[in-house]
Amino acid sequence: MRTTLEWQIATIQSIQVETSTVKTFTLAVPSWMPHRAGQHYDIRLTAPDGYQAQRSYSIASEPERQGVIDLTVEWLEDGEVSSYLHEGLTTGDQLEVRGPIGGYFVWEASMNGPLLLIAGGSGIVPLMSMIRHRAKTGSQVPTRLLYSVRTPEDVIYDEELRQRPAFRDGLEIFYTFTRSQPAGWTGYARRIDRQMLSEVVEPFGKEPLVYVCGPTLLVESVANQLVQIDIPPARIRNERFGPTGGTQ
Amino acid sequence: MANPFISKGFFGRRRQPDAADRLPPGQYLTPDFPVLSAGPTPRITLDDWTFTIGGLAREPFTWNWKEFTGLPAQTFTVDIHCVTKWSKLDTRWKGVSLELLLEHVDLDPKAGFVTATCYGGYTTNLPLPDIVNGQAFVAYEYDGQPLLPEHGGPARLVVPHLYFWKSAKWVNGLQFMEFDRRGFWESLGYHDRGDPWKEQRYQGD
Repeated sequence: MRTTLEWQIATIQSIQVETSTVKTFTLAVPSWMPHRAGQHYDIRLTAPDGYQAQRSYSIASEPERQGVIDLTVEWLEDGEVSSYLHEGLTTGDQLEVRGPIGGYFVWEASMNGPLLLIAGGSGIVPLMSMIRHRAKTGSQVPTRLLYSVRTPEDVIYDEELRQRPAFRDGLEIFYTFTRSQPAGWTGYARRIDRQMLSEVVEPFGKEPLVYVCGPTLLVESVANQLVQIDIPPARIRNERFGPTGGTQ
Repeated sequence: MANPFISKGFFGRRRQPDAADRLPPGQYLTPDFPVLSAGPTPRITLDDWTFTIGGLAREPFTWNWKEFTGLPAQTFTVDIHCVTKWSKLDTRWKGVSLELLLEHVDLDPKAGFVTATCYGGYTTNLPLPDIVNGQAFVAYEYDGQPLLPEHGGPARLVVPHLYFWKSAKWVNGLQFMEFDRRGFWESLGYHDRGDPWKEQRYQGD
């Protein structure tokens, strides 16, 4: 492993529109090194007068995909960096990045499970890296994803989660649509609560490995409720997402 | 600092020019107080709470909640800087300075570093010179109110001149050592000291 994380100039290989406010940027990284699913990169923007802004973004791609990383970024109204990425960039443009960073909110196939992934909104991003890593390594670890979004249109990676059969090999997905639901929807239609968590975790017993990522309040409330249903705190890993995302 | 790379079409928003000299490099201002923890929030009742100074001290010293909050406390207003890039100005705390706590123990002159230990298992390491001279506190009030559990209550370390992961939540003790020993985030690639003005975010910075 490198001892110092150097800034490097990545090139935008493609931009994928995920939802009306979310895009995925595929970056070719010259000194690419394999990340661990769940880690992030830092992006640094520099103005002509030297002013700089930095933010962290989770890696969505799996470490098995070499030479490039996918960063999925939600556009935020006040987001100095996210709005630049969404509005200012096209294929072939360059970006200063460094990473991979972070070593706690990570999952590798060797860590086993059973694996419970809980996402709120764009909190799905680092969990998607874990899901893709799991699929790519052929891991059979029983896995459940509980994904809370406002409306069906807000589901990121919708097509991939629905269609790629390798993903569904031992992976079960539970959606909860908190604002509006598809016609005829019989699944969850409320914020994640203790009852919902009990139901989703039930077949995994008391010792699943749990990763929770989303807005502050969701993460705080879900983690507390998991403790209340007797999941050991040491088995619960949190990552906060949103306008001021990051960890402790 | 020489930085030949300019981001095409980026000029920055810089909405708070007054605060510019209070923001370390790469940081931005936030009006809210984000909660960032690696795991669930531990719940500690005040009856069970203790704080212990140990390690390279002739005799360890332990306070219970009543004794601790009976110590002379200070109210202080500081800027805080999180490694995840947000900074918050003029945060107001009440707590006891580590300087004052250290008066209760006879520290071995070999002690050069300290590990803060916490309910929930979190640890962080600090060099001794960074916690003396009124630079570090164990705080139990924020903005005039008891510190909420999600912000580290009953009590947390506040070391405002270093990145905020050093300001360990749910702190329950200080272990003094001769040599530096990496804590939770430090052993996962984060910097051993973490000075925001030198942008010491990660190992090697």
